[in-house]
Amino acid sequence: MRSCLVTEAQTLLGLSGVRRVDSVFFGGGTPSLASPNTVAAVLEAVDQAAHLPADSEVTLEANPTSAPGSRLAAFGAAGINRLSIGLQSLDDKELQLLGRTHSASDALQTLAEARRLFPGRVSVDLMLGLPAQKSGPWLRQLQELLGYCDDHISLYQLTLERGTALFTQVQRGTLPAPDPEVAAEMYQEGRALLREAGFRQYEVSNFARNGALSTHNWTYWQCGQYLGVGPGAHGRFVPQGAGGHTREARIQTLEPDNWMKEVTLFGHGTRKHVPLGELELLEEVLAMGLRTDVGITHQHWQRFASQLSLWDVFGSSQEVKALLVQGLLLLDHRGLRCSWEGLAVLDSLLLTLLPRLQEAWLQRAPSPGQGG
Amino acid sequence: MSRFSVENIRNFSIIAHVDHGKSTLADRLLELTGTIDKTKNNKQVLDKLQVERERGITVKAQTASLFYNWEGKQYLLNLIDTPGHVDFSYEVSRSLSACQGVLLVVDANEGIQAQTVANFFLAFEAQLSVIPVINKIDLKNADPESVEKQIEKVFDIPGDECIKISAKLGTNVERVLQAVIERIPPPKVHRINPLRALVFDSTFDQYRGVIANVALFDGVVSKGDKIVSAHTKKIHEVNEVGVLNPNEQPAHKLYAGQVGYLIAGMKDVTEAQIGDTLYLHKQPVEPLPGFKSAKPMVFAGMYPIDQSEYNNLKSAIEKLTINDSSVTVHRDSSLALGAGWRLGFLGLLHMEVFNQRLEQEYNASVILTTPTVPYKAVLSSAKLIKDYREKEITIINPAQFPEKSKVTEYLEPVVLGTIITPDEYTGKVMMLCQARRAVQKNMIFIDQNRVMLKYIFPLNEIVVDFYDSLKSLSSGYASFDYEDAGYQTAELVKMDILLNGNIVEELVTIVHKESASRGGTERGRQRIRSRLQALSCQPRAQCGAETCELQDHDLSQSWKLNRLRHPGAPRDKAHSVGKAICERLKDSLPRQLFEIAIQAAIGSKIIARETVKAYRKNVLAKCYGGDITRKMKLLKRQAEGKKKLRKVGNIEVPRDAFIKVLKTQSDK
Repeated sequence: MRSCLVTEAQTLLGLSGVRRVDSVFFGGGTPSLASPNTVAAVLEAVDQAAHLPADSEVTLEANPTSAPGSRLAAFGAAGINRLSIGLQSLDDKELQLLGRTHSASDALQTLAEARRLFPGRVSVDLMLGLPAQKSGPWLRQLQELLGYCDDHISLYQLTLERGTALFTQVQRGTLPAPDPEVAAEMYQEGRALLREAGFRQYEVSNFARNGALSTHNWTYWQCGQYLGVGPGAHGRFVPQGAGGHTREARIQTLEPDNWMKEVTLFGHGTRKHVPLGELELLEEVLAMGLRTDVGITHQHWQRFASQLSLWDVFGSSQEVKALLVQGLLLLDHRGLRCSWEGLAVLDSLLLTLLPRLQEAWLQRAPSPGQGG
Repeated sequence: MSRFSVENIRNFSIIAHVDHGKSTLADRLLELTGTIDKTKNNKQVLDKLQVERERGITVKAQTASLFYNWEGKQYLLNLIDTPGHVDFSYEVSRSLSACQGVLLVVDANEGIQAQTVANFFLAFEAQLSVIPVINKIDLKNADPESVEKQIEKVFDIPGDECIKISAKLGTNVERVLQAVIERIPPPKVHRINPLRALVFDSTFDQYRGVIANVALFDGVVSKGDKIVSAHTKKIHEVNEVGVLNPNEQPAHKLYAGQVGYLIAGMKDVTEAQIGDTLYLHKQPVEPLPGFKSAKPMVFAGMYPIDQSEYNNLKSAIEKLTINDSSVTVHRDSSLALGAGWRLGFLGLLHMEVFNQRLEQEYNASVILTTPTVPYKAVLSSAKLIKDYREKEITIINPAQFPEKSKVTEYLEPVVLGTIITPDEYTGKVMMLCQARRAVQKNMIFIDQNRVMLKYIFPLNEIVVDFYDSLKSLSSGYASFDYEDAGYQTAELVKMDILLNGNIVEELVTIVHKESASRGGTERGRQRIRSRLQALSCQPRAQCGAETCELQDHDLSQSWKLNRLRHPGAPRDKAHSVGKAICERLKDSLPRQLFEIAIQAAIGSKIIARETVKAYRKNVLAKCYGGDITRKMKLLKRQAEGKKKLRKVGNIEVPRDAFIKVLKTQSDK
């Protein structure tokens, strides 16, 4: 597995023609189960194939354990400099419900150890909207967490995934279905509480203070380039190293065995690569960019659409105007972004904005050589 | 055919409540007379439609000529099978007018049912001889003696006139044929007079055109004759005449007193309407009495589930209506449901059967909107009278409802309903009828424990779920039937449904201002209770000796008093209808970025309200590198769906929401 990860990272970096890597994220599944040596080997390979500056953000997703100390230190030595802890809850019953094997005390211990090793660069996540969960107790959990946490918190609403134990229980009626009203209330109260505590909500689910934003995730929302390495990983980049000019959405083979076979044979296990059209890219720029607090600046938009300004697209639409009047959306000299209220209902806003973008795109003065 | 002198001809029908064995008896009669072979497959030979066999009802009248030898003479017995439901009572009455007698079939187990009564009176009014036949005497729980008494009691027919049979086993069926000969008179007709023929049914054949079933009252008709329709005055040349056995069998001539079919180049069933009289060209006769054009009593919108199926549905409807001129078809369109039709039916069953035939025979699935009844308005506004060119207009579409200030009065169709129920359910049945604004006309015990109630009902109160409610509160034992009883004045108002103040045109509804609480007022319940007590005080035997008729005036009197005392009676009709629509809309309107007020309003008065709260949160929590493709796909699909939504003001209403509100609710 280790050598395959190394090989694939090298191959894809070569394909992308990228010369510098700003961030690396070891995530998905339970990467903290991988050995620090693997992490070190991959980072080594990245630095060889492209340049990995010393101040690059290198994050590891880790689940709380009962004796985290030495292992976390070993990851630190291997090159990890930021930790994202899947804490999820400070209530043992809820952790059980979520199928987690750690306890609340494991979580706090891991958090304390992580902060000691990576001060200012530790993130925790907290789940909201569990079945039967009440707003008051959840807010007290968040309050408690604020006493222990570092400068980064993510709030995630639970989505019931088919095939999980939780889903089955709700399906059978042994657990009540999560109440979206209650979840909405938790979200609103939670983000207000974090704001008071000096956190900036820089994205729908992400909060940071003292500038501790995740560089890596920011890249996703800004539609930067990223390579996905490993089974089932997603990437989006222009394969310039192979002479390509179009950004591609790429997915690596999901099943580990097959993936390894492919990597051994071809140097990479890319299962699917789909070129993204210009409009498709713009749609992603819109949908992703609006998730952030700064939204889409005119400057940022211009990088993707030189012929079509935000004003061109959204300036004259009555429907968009209604959203502006309602105070859900802002369009001004800085660019297009959600208001505090609007951010919570972004998916609804996009149902107006995306069709508008399509329409404007089709009506634009066609410039030579541009395809739809 | 000329060998049958009129004295040896009998024309008769079989009438019965659903499932009492009419079609089985017909099968046996056909077998006995050698009209059809005796095989196991003779199941409801006369019921040709799939719907008919499935539901045990006869929709189209069928006819068969039977030849029977008795006491050395050969008789021609024309069995004119009638439609088995009062929705088709006009057709039944036309079929009956071709007869001189009927077999009234009653189930030995179930006894007289509402439809038995309705059918009996149709025959009685036509002055036909009635032969009561008690069927299914082979059943374990059969009680023919008790049914005999019921027949004596309700129809005033001596018990010894009843023939007890088992049509299934063939027991005593021969006796039925003999009774037909003995008790039913031959038709009073004159062969020497000019032709006078009654059209009592007509069907359309793709290759041969209209096939009219006729009964000859006078004269003779043969191929080559030129005939005229008294109704359309159109002239047609006869191509073929014949008898039905039950399939068409050509003959040279048809004589007065006989029943058969006639094909004369008519291209549309409206050219041979049921009840019409045919006569020879240049020999006009007095038309037979009683002709009416079919009059639809129940209207409903019909739309294809998908607009792309519009043309298929159109052709299916055309094909079906070519055989059923009683269905009226008007093109209609709805902003929400697209292009469709407003169809008029004779009654609810007629509507159901039509819909079922569309599905079964044409594989068409449709959205059928909640049925409405034809209201009338007597106009007072000179301008409107000029516009409509008449003073009294019929309102089929609620959107055309003229406002109160331009109207002298509104009228609603009413029916005379007959309910027969075991007396343990009488209280509940009366409560139900009261809640449906019905006025009791009379009530009698037809035997030891069964009650027959007669009520005048506003038709709109029974078109949707009355029958189901009646069946469920009586564990299926009560039966119901109704006949047209004209129009009565009604306090009607137009109810608008508003979404954030904008009227939703397709949901405009006509409702009654009259208050009539669904559950009945406490006072009403007490009244019913005391009346029931009064009834049960009388010994049953005594009650059986004479009918305990209850005059309705005291009921309606106290009813009015009750109304006066409680002017704003709780939860009136408009409220409950308005509330139901608002609730259904609330359940089917997706949340939007702002709050939606759903209101039902009469004029400027809001009578019901529901609120759909605004979205407080609608955003995917986790969206990182691996989630983008899936998220974009989902968003685009939703955006695409949104384009198809109908906008009321700035509110997006999915088609489904309209369907849920407008569609006939059968799952109550």
